[in-house]
Amino acid sequence: MSKDNDPYLKLDHIAKSFQRGSTTTEVLRDIQLAIADGEYISIIGHSGCGKSTLLNIIGGLTPVTKGAVLLQNREVNSPGPERAIVFQNHSLLPWLSVYDNVAIAVNKVFSGRKSRAERDEWIKHNLALVHMSHALEKFPSELSGGMKQRVGIARALSLEPKILLLDEPFGALDALTRAHLQDSVMEIHSRLKNTMIMITHDVDEAVLLSDRIVMMTNGPAATIGEVLTVPLARPRDRLALVSDATYTQCRATVIEFLYARHKAPSLVA
Amino acid sequence: MTLASTGDGYAHASAPAPATGNPGKVLNSAAAVSPAFSLSRRARRAWIWTLQNALPPALTTALLLLIWQIAFSQPGASLPTPSIVWSESKDLILQPFYWAGSQDIGLGWRILTSLQRVAVGFGLAAIAGIAIGALIGQSIWAMRGLDPIFQVLRTVPPLAWLPISLAAFRDANPSAIFVIFITSIWPILINTAVGIRNVPQDYRNVAAVLRLNTLELFFKVMLPSAAPYIFTGLRIGIGLSWLAIVAAEMLTGGVGIGFFIWDAWNSSKLPDIVVALVYIGLVGFVLDRLVSAAGRFVTRSATP
Repeated sequence: MSKDNDPYLKLDHIAKSFQRGSTTTEVLRDIQLAIADGEYISIIGHSGCGKSTLLNIIGGLTPVTKGAVLLQNREVNSPGPERAIVFQNHSLLPWLSVYDNVAIAVNKVFSGRKSRAERDEWIKHNLALVHMSHALEKFPSELSGGMKQRVGIARALSLEPKILLLDEPFGALDALTRAHLQDSVMEIHSRLKNTMIMITHDVDEAVLLSDRIVMMTNGPAATIGEVLTVPLARPRDRLALVSDATYTQCRATVIEFLYARHKAPSLVA
Repeated sequence: MTLASTGDGYAHASAPAPATGNPGKVLNSAAAVSPAFSLSRRARRAWIWTLQNALPPALTTALLLLIWQIAFSQPGASLPTPSIVWSESKDLILQPFYWAGSQDIGLGWRILTSLQRVAVGFGLAAIAGIAIGALIGQSIWAMRGLDPIFQVLRTVPPLAWLPISLAAFRDANPSAIFVIFITSIWPILINTAVGIRNVPQDYRNVAAVLRLNTLELFFKVMLPSAAPYIFTGLRIGIGLSWLAIVAAEMLTGGVGIGFFIWDAWNSSKLPDIVVALVYIGLVGFVLDRLVSAAGRFVTRSATP
């Protein structure tokens, strides 16, 4: 992990408000964060606190109202393959096979840089990374939820992104599948040393995977309430951590933040 | 969403029924899954399938023919019975492709002439309908500008276009083709627009992250995503084309199944008309099934 003075990714005083008719809703206010190369960041907060909006802003899908996203000191304000997104609902194209879902990304982004054979190998390599080599010709409708999300991760990884953005990547999965995928993501992170930003609402997931946990206050006008550094050595083993004092301590801090100091707003919707 | 809501009755934008709805399909896939099936077992299943699917319509057809025969068998009946149709028009039934002069040709040739017009008119309607539909599905301003016009135009009955197209083209054949075009374009256009509008935001986000350009976005994401809707429109469109061509040909004359009916009416050959009706029905049925099968083939994996 490099700790330069210039951060790899900088969220510089970001604010976002949505205008509907004459009413303006302020969603995010004054978000400031510096992220180092190779860091694993989790953003946690209650539903509706704008964490997905924040991820979409980093991904360039949503424009900021104020402030800027700086990647290696250059402002980014539109989507691009160097900030790949793993969507919550996998967003695979259902008419393409597993292989073709990754191929559409690889062939677009590497068309000038890699030969046909190299691209083919790169597609297969990324699918092997998420353990999906057995299902290259399958269609998304033939896959389980966990397998679909694996392909979604492979598609994002295949772009060789500078930053991998994960929007509640395991939210729609059952607990066992979720644990499997978390292990896969940890393995990939340790191997590729990507910078990753993950949205989650699962405390254990955040502590297990992250170097730092960004805790958001409740909306409207949500902002970063606290940033917790997780000083656990890698590789991390979920079994050993269950009784680990540091782990328990981190977990307690996040829970205390979420449920004591920033309780969920009463469920109106 | 004016388009989607006012397109009632036209824009049945549901995805094609899954293949499991068809017992024949289930059988095929079951046989494909386990290649160990012995031939005799498969043959028996095919036999059972035939019994279940071919026998009931055969029986009801026979029953209806019988009722028809009895109902019109008294002397002086206004319509011919099936047996009279057979005895007077069996040349037409048995020899669809004879050629004995410019106006004395088999019904097969006439059907082919009509189909040729439908192919041109429907083909043009498919291209224009998908292109314009994609435009108004994609652009809110194109929709605001064009949708009200289309909603009015699509209610104009096919034959009402014929005089004006005759005036414009000064020839029967292009006029008939234009009537096909203007009849079948609306369901294709409206369904395509609904399909394009319903492309999930997720797919657009994926395209945005990959920085697909407009053409790639259209051909690699929009079109496949909207394919079930488009094929629903094409299927309604081909049915309407076939409805319109017969009526148009009755008025424009020349060669074609529609004119044949009109000609038979003028020379009081009612049995010939009955045979022609059966031909038209069967061809319409086949056209519908062809488009439907093409749709199923194209969207075979697109059910999320």
